[in-house]
Amino acid sequence: MSLDLSQFYQVFFEETAEHLGAMESLLLNLDVGAPSMEDLNAIFRAAHSIKGGSGTFGFTDMTEVTHVLETLLDRLRKQEMTLTDDMVNAFLRAGDVLAMQLAAHRGEGEVDAAEVRSVCEELNALAVGGASSAPPAPVVAVTGKQEEADYGFFGDEPVVSASDAGYGFFTDDAQPPQPDPGYGFFDAVPTPAAAADPGYGFFDDLPAPVSSEGKAVEADAGFGFFEDAPGSVAVIEDARGYGFFRETPSQRSVRENKQGYGIYEEHEKADEGQPAAAVPAASPGRRATDDPQADGVRAGKRATDRVVAAPTDTSIRVSVEKVDQLINLMGELVITQAMLNQAATHTDGVMQERLEHGLRQLERNTRDLQEAVMSIRMLPISFVFSRFPRVVRDLAGKLGKQIELKTLGESTELDKGLIEKIADPLTHLIRNSLDHGIELPEKRVAAGKNPKGTVTLNAFHQGGSIVIEVSDDGGGLNRGKILGKAKERGLPVSDDMPDADVWMLIFEAGFSTADVVTDVSGRGVGMDVVKRNIAELGGRIELDSHEGSGTRTTIRLPLTLAILDGLSVSIGGEVYIAPLNAIIESLQVSETDLKTVGRDGRLLKVRGEYLPLLPLHEVFNIAPKARELEQGIVIIVENEGRKTALFVDELLGQQQVVIKSLESNFRKVHGISGATIMGDGRVALILDVNALGAMVAQHQAIAG
Amino acid sequence: MTMQQEVGLNSHAIGREFLTFTLGQEEYGIDILKVQEIRGYDAVTPIANTPAFIKGVINLRGTIVPIVDLRIKFGLGHVEYGQFTVVIILNVGNRVVGVVVDGVSDVLTLAVEQIKPAPELSATIDTGYILGLGTVGERMLILVEIEKLMGSSEMALTDEAAA
Repeated sequence: MSLDLSQFYQVFFEETAEHLGAMESLLLNLDVGAPSMEDLNAIFRAAHSIKGGSGTFGFTDMTEVTHVLETLLDRLRKQEMTLTDDMVNAFLRAGDVLAMQLAAHRGEGEVDAAEVRSVCEELNALAVGGASSAPPAPVVAVTGKQEEADYGFFGDEPVVSASDAGYGFFTDDAQPPQPDPGYGFFDAVPTPAAAADPGYGFFDDLPAPVSSEGKAVEADAGFGFFEDAPGSVAVIEDARGYGFFRETPSQRSVRENKQGYGIYEEHEKADEGQPAAAVPAASPGRRATDDPQADGVRAGKRATDRVVAAPTDTSIRVSVEKVDQLINLMGELVITQAMLNQAATHTDGVMQERLEHGLRQLERNTRDLQEAVMSIRMLPISFVFSRFPRVVRDLAGKLGKQIELKTLGESTELDKGLIEKIADPLTHLIRNSLDHGIELPEKRVAAGKNPKGTVTLNAFHQGGSIVIEVSDDGGGLNRGKILGKAKERGLPVSDDMPDADVWMLIFEAGFSTADVVTDVSGRGVGMDVVKRNIAELGGRIELDSHEGSGTRTTIRLPLTLAILDGLSVSIGGEVYIAPLNAIIESLQVSETDLKTVGRDGRLLKVRGEYLPLLPLHEVFNIAPKARELEQGIVIIVENEGRKTALFVDELLGQQQVVIKSLESNFRKVHGISGATIMGDGRVALILDVNALGAMVAQHQAIAG
Repeated sequence: MTMQQEVGLNSHAIGREFLTFTLGQEEYGIDILKVQEIRGYDAVTPIANTPAFIKGVINLRGTIVPIVDLRIKFGLGHVEYGQFTVVIILNVGNRVVGVVVDGVSDVLTLAVEQIKPAPELSATIDTGYILGLGTVGERMLILVEIEKLMGSSEMALTDEAAA
């Protein structure tokens, strides 16, 4: 019986990536002095699942690495060795190697064989090094043998025979499960080495159960994948006559097995976005039909666990395209609703009241629906934050600094598109804080501070924006140094500039005050990129620093990329949208405030500042209603520190608009960043404030 | 030029269906498979600094679609907009574009022998975009390679073409 396993590769890749992520975060949270047995077990299970999966799918290189990893973890778990920092580092490296191998199997990169070898050797050395200190040598030997048996089994003959054997073993409900001590091996409860011993003794005496247990574990690993997509995969399995899912007894036994081993617990807890709903929902019922004697107490305990775990784990994977389509349709509905509203004002009589009542209801529902739909795209920022503990740990080690990372507001939600794009700028800011912000321990002690520096990541909502703060309690920015460097580079600075302006200098391209260029940072490439990236997302970045006590960088982002807070303005009957976040103020000015520079340069004097004036009707070739400055209104917009005064006919109102691409069917239009659909169904164009600012000089040359 | 026309004709030896429309006194035909729908002309938002034949963009059920007036482009017909003005929404090269014409006539199936190659002539419409001339009784249809025309640089509808 041959089975094309490649159809499950994607599931394996995703699941393994999740296991690796879970393993890494557990490792980072591990207290080296007194590791929690539960965490160690969880790490072991993650490694074991990867090993099982990679064996099943024939990715033997990954199996080899996880095998070595697992051996060491297993000994730690059984308290035959004590955890050291070196081990955690080695584990993390092994995780990286596995990620690298995984990427290679996905066809996205190369495996560095030397690194793989060196990690394996390191792990082996650690495992052997600790052995002398651990008294029960025979146990180790047996463990090794059992692992070997598993391993060889994975490599030689993948799923099919394993499933058959496992199947035979599981169907027989009457067959008494192994005595508890044997199960203890897999239990999440801390298991002293002594308790594990009888189990192994048992294996030695009776070889048959050992092998079936081995297979059981193997079967577990296989099941781990299929669970990911219970519906589709199970059906395919059935169609192919694949043994596992054909009959209910086998399923039941599998679940029973799960309860006994507890390995699945981890699968479910670790797997975000997995359709776990089907499994927990089915479990209680099945459990009731199971032989109560077989797993009475344990099942009860797990059942309560499950009830707590289930609500948080109930999620499904949906392609982003589907969600975007939903959001598009939602936008349509909002527009249609607005159109209906407008039409209703023209009716009269008895019908009007009823119609209005219905429309009000529709409006409420639409608004709720819109919020609900938009929230689908929202993800907690912990998706980004979760990668930083590792970054901080590695960098702090490299820099010889003691640094603690604190994260707050991880559950703050933001748009998926933003999540993807905010990771790089944030990484950069954190690296900066580590390298330049936090001082070396000696220096900190000398300054009377805790030798351990703290970097805090904080995210929260404020108004219609998401605020992300990166702060450190390091040395802070050095005003004098920045000003000195700025003068050196010929930037227009003066000694009495306000602090805020001085700090903004570090966002200039190529600006660095670092004395030494390290491989971490200091080349002066970066902060300008960070600022540009944030600006592209429609956000702003601010810096606040106090010498000696630290620096705080604040990033403000719009809640979502799909919706913009805009001010609608009219120019000769056409409606344009100005992004609200770029607008500083709008005001009426008189002709006397208008100054000219040369023939074409028009400047507007506003509160002592001279701002270039750009009449939008000239830019867009429209006959305006307001020909004189007094008849219209001026909007002051700011972009990248440059202020521009835009002259329009009138302001219509403030509203949220759904951003639509102009380029998907047309092309880029200068001065326009996109389009939106107004309540009356017409298209309104969104002003590109950045391009308009740049246009001023150019335009005035043409206009003259 | 002729090479391309021959290839175009040979690949559709059995005959093709064309949507015919009028521009002034002339009758044109375009491949029916490129037509998404036909609708009226309304609520066009003009876009500044574009050629006169690009009327602007409309909201087609949530999609922003540019509108081209072929009457202006080819210098034909009476350019006025009313409730009888017709817009043919085309789906060409993964893009949606609307074209304004004087009126839509019918859908005709033309056999290969009914399609004659167009002679080289100097006109507002480049013969490169003419698939051939179709003959139906006394009527002469100018068969347009609409996808090629819409993607061309003179239409200025795409970024590449505009650049």
